[in-house]
Amino acid sequence: MRLMEVCGTHTVSIFRAGLRQLLPAEVELVSGPGCPVCVTPDGYMDAAIVYSGMDDVIVATFGDMLKVPGSASSLAEAAAQGGDVRIVYSPLDALAMAKENPEKKIVFLAVGFETTAPTAAAALLTAERENVGNFFLLPAQKLVPPAIRALLADEDARIDGFLLPGHVAVVTGSNIFSFLAEEYHLPGVVTGFSPTELLRGIYRLVRQATAGDARIENEYRCVVRAEGNQAAQKVMHQVYETCAAEWRGLGAIPASGLRLRDAYRHFDFSEARPLDLPPVPPKKSGCRCGEVLRGKITPKECPLFEKICVPEHAAGPCMVSAEGVCAAWHKYGGGIFQYE
Amino acid sequence: MNETIQLAHGAGGRMSAMLTEEILRPILGNPILDRMHDGAVLDIGGKIAFTTDSYVVAPRFFPGGSIGRIAVCGTVNDLAMTGAEAKYLSLSLILEEGFAVEELKRVLQDVREAADEAGVSIVTGDTKVVGHGACDGIYINTAGVGALIEGADVAPQNIRPGMDVVVSGFLGDHAATITASRHGLKLPEAIKSDAAPLNGLVKEMLRAVPEIACMRDPTRGGAAATLNELAAQSGTGILLEEELLPVRPEVEGVCELLGFEPLYLANEGKMIVFVSSEKTETLLTVMRAHPCGKEARRIGAVTDKAPGQVAMKTALGGIRIVDMPTGSLVPRIC
Repeated sequence: MRLMEVCGTHTVSIFRAGLRQLLPAEVELVSGPGCPVCVTPDGYMDAAIVYSGMDDVIVATFGDMLKVPGSASSLAEAAAQGGDVRIVYSPLDALAMAKENPEKKIVFLAVGFETTAPTAAAALLTAERENVGNFFLLPAQKLVPPAIRALLADEDARIDGFLLPGHVAVVTGSNIFSFLAEEYHLPGVVTGFSPTELLRGIYRLVRQATAGDARIENEYRCVVRAEGNQAAQKVMHQVYETCAAEWRGLGAIPASGLRLRDAYRHFDFSEARPLDLPPVPPKKSGCRCGEVLRGKITPKECPLFEKICVPEHAAGPCMVSAEGVCAAWHKYGGGIFQYE
Repeated sequence: MNETIQLAHGAGGRMSAMLTEEILRPILGNPILDRMHDGAVLDIGGKIAFTTDSYVVAPRFFPGGSIGRIAVCGTVNDLAMTGAEAKYLSLSLILEEGFAVEELKRVLQDVREAADEAGVSIVTGDTKVVGHGACDGIYINTAGVGALIEGADVAPQNIRPGMDVVVSGFLGDHAATITASRHGLKLPEAIKSDAAPLNGLVKEMLRAVPEIACMRDPTRGGAAATLNELAAQSGTGILLEEELLPVRPEVEGVCELLGFEPLYLANEGKMIVFVSSEKTETLLTVMRAHPCGKEARRIGAVTDKAPGQVAMKTALGGIRIVDMPTGSLVPRIC
């Protein structure tokens, strides 16, 4: 039985708890595409790098974007060469930075899933209300359900159930995943991040899959409601509309991204100051992150894993972020760790 | 008066002399330093231990300490971990042009207090001033010498399967405090840096249990880095038990918020000790009687499995790897 945890934080929690080692051999956990850093494409990083080198621009970003490779460089390298790149914990920090640096343009790298989109939207609305004219986003937010659909469109997906991302579901509600049961006859359980919550989630999935059931269960009731956080959804829908998006490793997925609506388009720095970057040449490194992200192979099956591809020198995106599948496998001993 | 450091304070002339005579010596002075020669002449019998470390911490002042306090504690503790009792330290200051003299005095006061607490003297030193922007306010280097404690034989090569792994107290307080203050997170007052000289505690421990195999202070990289180094150097496996690890709930909270693990957080007043299991109880009794070791406890054991690796039995009963930290700590995205 193959169960996929979609969320990168789940992947890491499972390793930290040593859960794989405790499960019977019949239950296999596969990791999915749920690390927003990992799926951010080269072209986006290239643009961020160019912007960071402009004299009047400060790029504000979550810290795990620093090492993500673009086609030739990374933000960390750009910063070392004099680019102005600053780490923030929230888009609101970037907004505060904009107020403190009126002579600069602050470009917040709006990357993430449904979890982070509402705060970016809220920061934008605050900027508009307070007439902060130098606060911008570089939007590349993505939506989880379309990515799951894209995985399942693949005939060899062989997934028997999903551990669904708790943090995403806080915003979207667990109902957003009903399509799994209704259209694909697959069970899903929204779970939290503690070892016991994960274990309960796995137990419920195994129970459903064994019985041939397909329901969406909520094992994270303390924070997730069926309809989600409607205030957050409202802000998100006010500011964003869906669009096709490029996922690193997965390719273009229809209606899987968020872009600013026309009324807010002037906050999009790529519109305010368009770049004419050359198209990203396809990479021929042999990196198999795309298959890893779809749960088709484990990192160990990639010829680069732990050979030329390690966190200090990542060949592919899954090795870059601490919550990337390959980075997690590497950190915790290459998969199921045997103590011997 | 808002006096600041100027380039001339480092130029060797009248201003340099003023800095030494009016600011440094009144705070740090002692009979050896007061001779004001090019170097200190010291009387140390037998085997000596010698170490050096540089301090660049930001912010410079934080709950429980300052760059001045850790500049003394860090070097004293490095000596203590070799089984030596620190006696004399050097103190080198690199100051940025424009640094406030008042702040320099506060740093030096902390140096003095920590040195008194540890029972060491600052016997020689140096001051350089660099241009505005060439360093971040103040950097400090200290070096220290100490005499080896009679009978001590402390080295990673002594670590053997079957030994216990003991830690002297709560893990991660220092880094959690610094990180929280960097990010403007308010922690309860009880949570502060653990910066403290460990030489007094070490002396008591070695007196009661001279057979201590190895000690090391888990500073940068935290307990995870220290244990990985020791596993590699001794060629043994180290198996921790998650449920035995002493971590304050508030530190756990900071970690959860910022995506860190307590095992990877730096400490400035803790040590990890390896000892034969039949001596563990005696050692713990001695440690718990000292203010720096009140929360001492066993956290795991040395094994002959998975040589060179650190693993941890999780609360659920799985065993997972505790690897060497990579890169610096960065905030996570979700």
